[in-house]
Parts: sequence; C-alpha cells; structure tokens
Amino acid sequence: MTAAISVRSLVKRYSKSKTNAVDDVSFEVSRGEIFGLLGPNGAGKTTTIGVLTTAIVPTSGSGHIYDVDVARSPMAVKQRIAVVPQQSNLDRSLKVREILTFHAAYHGVPRKQREALADRLLDELGLGERKNEKVNRYSGGMAQRLMIARALMHEPDVLFLDEPTNNLDPQSRLFLWEKIHEMNARGLTILLTTHDMDEADKLCDRIAVMDHGKILVNDTPAELKKMIPGGTALEVRASAVRDAGRVATALAGIAGVTKVEPVAEEAEPGTLTWRVYAEAVNRHIGAAAQAVLGESAEVRDLSVKQPSLEEVFIFLTGRHLR
Amino acid sequence: MNRLALKAFLAILHRDVVVTMREFIPFLLQALMQPLFFLFIFGKVLPNIGLASGNFASLMLPGIVALTGMIAAMQGVTLPLVLDLGFAREIDDRLLSPLPVWWVPLEKVLFATLRGTVASSVIFPLGWLILGDGFVVRTDRLGVLIGMVVLTALVGSTIGLLMGTTIRPEQISLMFTLIFTPLLFTGCTYYPWGALGNIRWFQILVLFNPLTYAAEGLRYSMVPPMHGFVLKTLGLGWILIALGASVIVMFLGGTRTFYRRVVT
Repeated sequence: MTAAISVRSLVKRYSKSKTNAVDDVSFEVSRGEIFGLLGPNGAGKTTTIGVLTTAIVPTSGSGHIYDVDVARSPMAVKQRIAVVPQQSNLDRSLKVREILTFHAAYHGVPRKQREALADRLLDELGLGERKNEKVNRYSGGMAQRLMIARALMHEPDVLFLDEPTNNLDPQSRLFLWEKIHEMNARGLTILLTTHDMDEADKLCDRIAVMDHGKILVNDTPAELKKMIPGGTALEVRASAVRDAGRVATALAGIAGVTKVEPVAEEAEPGTLTWRVYAEAVNRHIGAAAQAVLGESAEVRDLSVKQPSLEEVFIFLTGRHLR
Repeated sequence: MNRLALKAFLAILHRDVVVTMREFIPFLLQALMQPLFFLFIFGKVLPNIGLASGNFASLMLPGIVALTGMIAAMQGVTLPLVLDLGFAREIDDRLLSPLPVWWVPLEKVLFATLRGTVASSVIFPLGWLILGDGFVVRTDRLGVLIGMVVLTALVGSTIGLLMGTTIRPEQISLMFTLIFTPLLFTGCTYYPWGALGNIRWFQILVLFNPLTYAAEGLRYSMVPPMHGFVLKTLGLGWILIALGASVIVMFLGGTRTFYRRVVT
C-alpha cells in the first residue's frame, strides 16, 4: 500500500539564504497514522509542511501525497489535503456557517452535501449555536475548532495541523485532542507540529525530531524515550549523610549501574539526592537502599524516573535558545 | 480536473458577490461620495457663479465616469490584497482550492472590474439628477461607451492588482499620497487632453497615465457636437492600444508578484 505522505531527499534553500532550511529530509507516514514533527523554532518544520501543502517549491527532492507529486500536480494534492494553520486565517467577511459551505464549494462539494456536512460538523465541534455570527466575536479556542471543521469540509485524506493547541485553555486542548483521535479513528492521516511534548506523547504514533533542517530521529514515543543514555533513572534521596562522596561511590559500585549523578537542588532540607542510571534500574532498588544504609545514612525516598519526551528533545537538540 | 477548477473559480466569484451585496450601500457610498461632490461643485456651482462655462459639465462628466470606475475597481483589489498578503492570510483558503494559483488574482481582477463597471454606471443617473440641463450625452456611440466603461474598470483592477501585491501594509498611507493623488490630477479627468496645447510638457506627461486614455475615450463616446463644434480627443485607436497595453502589462506583472508572494 502506498504511503499517505512520502518525502524523499527533500532540500529547500530560500533565495538569499546561505544554508538549507530543509536539508536532505526523508520520511514516510503510513495511512491512518498520526505523525508528529518536533523541533525548535527554525528547525525546518514549517518549511517541510509548506512543501507538502504546495505553498513552497522544493529546491530538490520530492514530496508525495498518496503518490501524487506535490510540485508537479499541486491541484490534485490540494483536493486530498487540508491545512489548519497556527494563526487564524478564517474569512472574516463571511458568517461562520458560510465559511464552511464556501470552503466546500471551492472544493466542488455539491450544495446539499455541503449544507448537511456543515451543520453536522458545527454541532460536533460545539459551534452549532453560534453558526450565524461572524468570527470576530469568536475566542481563540472557537476559531481553532472552526478551522478544524473547515478542514474536514472537503473530506481530505491527509490533515496538516500546525501547533494545533498552542495558546488554548486546558478545556479546549483536551477537547481537541479527543477530536484528533476521533478523526484519526475514522481513517484520516494526520501530520502535526508541536512544541508541547505532552501533546506529542499523547497523540502521535510516530515522531520525527528536526533540527537545523535535518531529521535527527524518527520513531515511536516509547522508543525515543529509550534514547536517553542509561534508559530509566532511579532517584535516591537520603538524610543524615556524613560523607556524600562515599555514598556516591557505594551507589556506583552496584553491578549494572552505568552512572551516578548528584542532583543539585535540595528537595527537602538536610537531604541529598542522587540519580542512578542503569539498563534495568528497578532491579537495583534494594541494592541502592543497602548502599545508603551501609554508609549509616537514612533513606528518605526511592523512585524510578521515566524519561519524558522533553528530556529526549533537549538531549537531541541542546539547551541553547534559537 | 479542469471542471473542478472552474467550479472552484465560480465559487470564489460567488463568495465575492455575496460579501459585496451584503455591503452594497457602504460600497456605493465609498465609490460615489467623491464624484457626487465633484459633479455638484464643478458642474453646478462653478458654472452658476460664473467661474466655469456652461458646457464644462459635459466635458467633465466623462472624466468623472472614468475616475469613478477606475478608483472603484482599484479599491476592490488593492487594499484587500495588501492586508491579506500582509497578515490576514484569509486568501489561503482560496489558494488551497483545486485551481491554478494565477486564477485567484484573475478572479480578483474580474470581480473588481464588475465593481468598477457598476460604480461608473451609477454616475449616469447621478449626473442627470445633479446637472439637470447640463447633462448632455450623445447616444450614437453607445457601444463604444459601454466598452470604454468596462475597459476603464479593467485597467483600474489590473493596476490595483499590481499595487496590492507590491505594497506592504506599512506603506498604505504613502500609497495614497504618492500614487492616488498624482493619478487623480494627471489623468485628464477635469480637462480635455486637446486643451493642454499651451502647456506642452504637461500634455506629454499626462500620456503616461492610463486614466488619461480612459477619460479621453469616454469623452469620445459621450460628448456631443456643441454649436457645430466637435471636441477633438485622442484617437480611439491610440486609446485602445494604450489601455490594452496597460491591462496586459499590469495583469502579467501583478500575477507574477502575486505568485511570488504566495509560493516561495
């Protein structure tokens, strides 16, 4: 079966720029997948989406939507995709319901069908009661929902969501996550960009982390978390410590432990914390407690830390600001 | 695929008609306020107090028709495009429709031409009301007159396209000063071109303004012989060549800059 999205050796260099905004990127998104594109600002995510949505012409390489070349047949691609941008680009001269029906008309959806679909989507997205207003009075969350309804009006195969829940309140965010899952369950392939690691973790089947125009990794969230060296970590907190150095040495002496790191911040007064890394760290909980007690200190807390996507992200792209 | 593109094109045109019809009165006010006062002051007040001759009105009326049509057409494209391409991006929805990108500016031009044609057509009943006896229009060149009205609006909308795609939002106020004002006063709106013989340099200068040809073409088709005297205008052939060239150059240039603004 052909992939929903396939990108091969894509390069984009803007005129007047000395570096490639997208630098030899390749990836595939299968049908029905939710694929996340993560990366700091300026990593090349928006340019990649721009190419796939026909707004940007690639310098070399290619992008295909269901085997249709985006650069060669943009019109055919436009019929299969929908785009929800970061900032509202809703038609402010039209009423809410008209925004949907005209969008469908632009895509050749017959009148009866578009009227019915508009009413259904407005109800589904909780906008049914305010469908005859103009969007000026809409909140950010409502505008976002309306843009999603608009995107679904011509029944696309692939949906592009550019930071869908940026600047939304928690209620709207949860609602949208639910909707994204629902749309996906109906067979829609979704490519989304986000800075929100929690969002990427909850929504995406697969994630590609981009930086400086290149894809650094491309895997499932679970696999990505394993990338943190040492995998999971055990946090050991102790009080009444006489010699911190000796405790650390004792912890490092446990068979299978790869690294012991003191944690700088003091969780509670009079305690010290270490992070112990090992392949299967939960097997060493007992030994770690023994090591602390062996130095006549008291164990205050032992907990296994799962690495977050955020740690993976920082690990891959560094801490410096863009 | 082409039928789909045509459907998309017609739907976009329909959207513009719906939006304009909803604001038809503001549209008319915007287009007609200025010509209304021009007609009243220059066609009624000045001749009445002896500062202009009685047939000044009939010389000026075609100029007002040309100016109104051109400005109304320009307004239909320029400002919306400047704002849309600058930050509103409402146009994205149409750019993502299944039609060739250049059909989007084509639709804008077509619709703005319609706007300009409607606005300049309304000048006729308005002129008849305000000017009374001073309203004289020959009817034996009606075909040329209709053609000139549409062509004038087309010239205006293509100029509007080039301006709308070139000007940035922060330059809007400068645009009014640097483009609209000179266009307004060097376009032979308030004087026939032939009468400029004494100021030869100015007579040549105004030939660079498309409005001059539009106003002269409308004079050719509107001003009747008076007291056995036939007004000499620019030749109709030259007028058509100049206006046709303006439309082609402005449309190609405007479409090119439009494309560059939306596809990188």
